[in-house]
Parts: sequence; C-alpha cells; structure tokens
Amino acid sequence: MSDTIRPAPAGPEPVVDEAGDSAVAGLAEPVVDDARPLPGDERMWSARLRGAAMRALPPGKLLPDRQPSYVASWVYIFGVLTLAAFVVILVSGAVLILKGPSWWHLSTTGLFFNSIHLWSVELFFFFMVLHLWGKFFMAAWRGNRALTWMTGVLCFVMSIGAAFTGYLSQQNFDSQWISTQAKDGLNSVGVGAFFNVLNFGQMLLWHVLLLPVAVAAIVGLHLLMVRHRGVVRPLPARGSRTGRHSAGERPAVAGTATAVADGGDR
Amino acid sequence: MIAALVDLSHPGHYLHWGFIQLSVANAVVILLMVIVFALAVAVPFRAGRKHR
Repeated sequence: MSDTIRPAPAGPEPVVDEAGDSAVAGLAEPVVDDARPLPGDERMWSARLRGAAMRALPPGKLLPDRQPSYVASWVYIFGVLTLAAFVVILVSGAVLILKGPSWWHLSTTGLFFNSIHLWSVELFFFFMVLHLWGKFFMAAWRGNRALTWMTGVLCFVMSIGAAFTGYLSQQNFDSQWISTQAKDGLNSVGVGAFFNVLNFGQMLLWHVLLLPVAVAAIVGLHLLMVRHRGVVRPLPARGSRTGRHSAGERPAVAGTATAVADGGDR
Repeated sequence: MIAALVDLSHPGHYLHWGFIQLSVANAVVILLMVIVFALAVAVPFRAGRKHR
C-alpha cells in the first residue's frame, strides 16, 4: 500500500465569483431562489410536484395576512377553537403516554393532566360540532369545496373512534364496562375479530398512535383545502334572486392574499 | 366547589321521550352548544384593524 496522496481526478474547473466563493462549473447558477426547474428538468417528478404545489398553494395563499371582511364573525371562530383544543389534546396525551396509567390514576399531577386531556376532548367535540353547524347552515361545500367538507366529515368520524378508544384505555372500571358493552355491538357487525375492544394493548395503540396520526393528517389536509379554496362566504341575503353578489354588493376584500383566498362560491 | 353543587356519587339522571333517552348531562351540553351558537350568530364581532 502506498502512502502517497494521489491527486484528485481532473474535473470541472472551479468558478470563483467576485466575493471569492467558488462553485463547480455548471452548478454555479442559484437553484434555491427559484421554484422553476432548470432547463431539462421539467419532466422530473419533483419538479412537477413542486410546480403543482406552488400553483395550488402559493405562499400568500397558504399563510394570508388578511381575510375577507365577512370572516369577522364569531361563527368563523369555532374552527380554530377546535384546532386549539386538538393541540392541547395532543400535548396532554403525550404527557400521559410518557408517565403511564399508575401516574395518571394515583398522583395529583397525573390526575390533573388526565383531566386536562378529558376536558380538552370535551371542548374539541363541543367546538367541532358548533363548527359543523355553522358550516352546514352556510352550505360550506359551495364553490368546489366538497373535499373540504368531506375531510371535515372524516375528521369527525375518526375523532369519535379516537375518543372511544380513549375511554377504553383509561384502565379503570369505566373502561371495562364500556368495552364489555361495546364488544357485543361490534361483534354483531363482524368487526370484532379485527377491532377487539377487550384487547387493551390493541385499543391503546389505536388510541395513542394510529388514530391520532390519522386525525392529524386529515386535519392538515382539511386546513390545506381551506387555504386552497378559501373561506366560504355567507349565503346571500333573503330576496337576492341570483344567489350571488354583484360587483357592488360583493363584501369588501382587503389584501391581495385575501382576494386569492376568496375563491368564489359558485 | 362544583362537586359540592353536583353530587356525582349516584346514578345519573335521564330524560325520556318515548324511545329517546338522554342523560341530563348531555342535555345540558347540547343546550350550552345551542346558546353559544346563537350568541356567535347574534353578537357582533369586535372590529379589528381597519380594512383598506
């Protein structure tokens, strides 16, 4: 073995700019400042996916500074209150996971976090149903918002499953009672072999892993759809024949990002 | 304090309308939701920054 250092194989000459930074020739062009692919890269999946994402959710639309004026109503608050409760559920649930059943049943701090977890779930469903009522009565599926509506429905259904498995994971007489009552109903519809409510380990993993991940993913998709399609405008006032706002009646819209998010309700 | 007002050490109270059976606790929550929803519709939103 030779201990001499061989010279590096010949390659492209480094390009030195005025600031003294060097770059390999051919890669000296900045690529991170522009979402457009380099010539010849347009067909790459990454370029096409990036382009589709940029068209659907440009930064000003993804995180707008302003909202349409009709959003200035308490009815539009319930969605974000649901989201806030969901964050508290996740954080308090993570603490419960770290400490375990004996902690949340026997210590005062554990009982406190157990209560935080329970009441944040109560508020989560409280505000989610109010959000559902508000969106139902303003027909929030208008304007190509069907996927937004359906992801909300899916989130609601999966949240019920998450809450149910949570009741089964309490490790007390209450959870035993609920599971023994639920098994008959679930067996009668043929899912007991796959979803065994008497199997505590299975229910706990559904509750702390599968369902939270699924709900979080659906909530994320729901939020992206809200940003993509914009917040639905209220239904037109009674007596409006067209069901649409004319240019003069159209609610004041402030900011360019708002105009994009406005989306239309046709 | 609340525990002193509401005794939780006995079976819950239920309302019955024919085949419908509803616990008083759930009825209270539903009533609260209706009240909050009505207030959200009726109460004007505090004006924030002036829109341009």
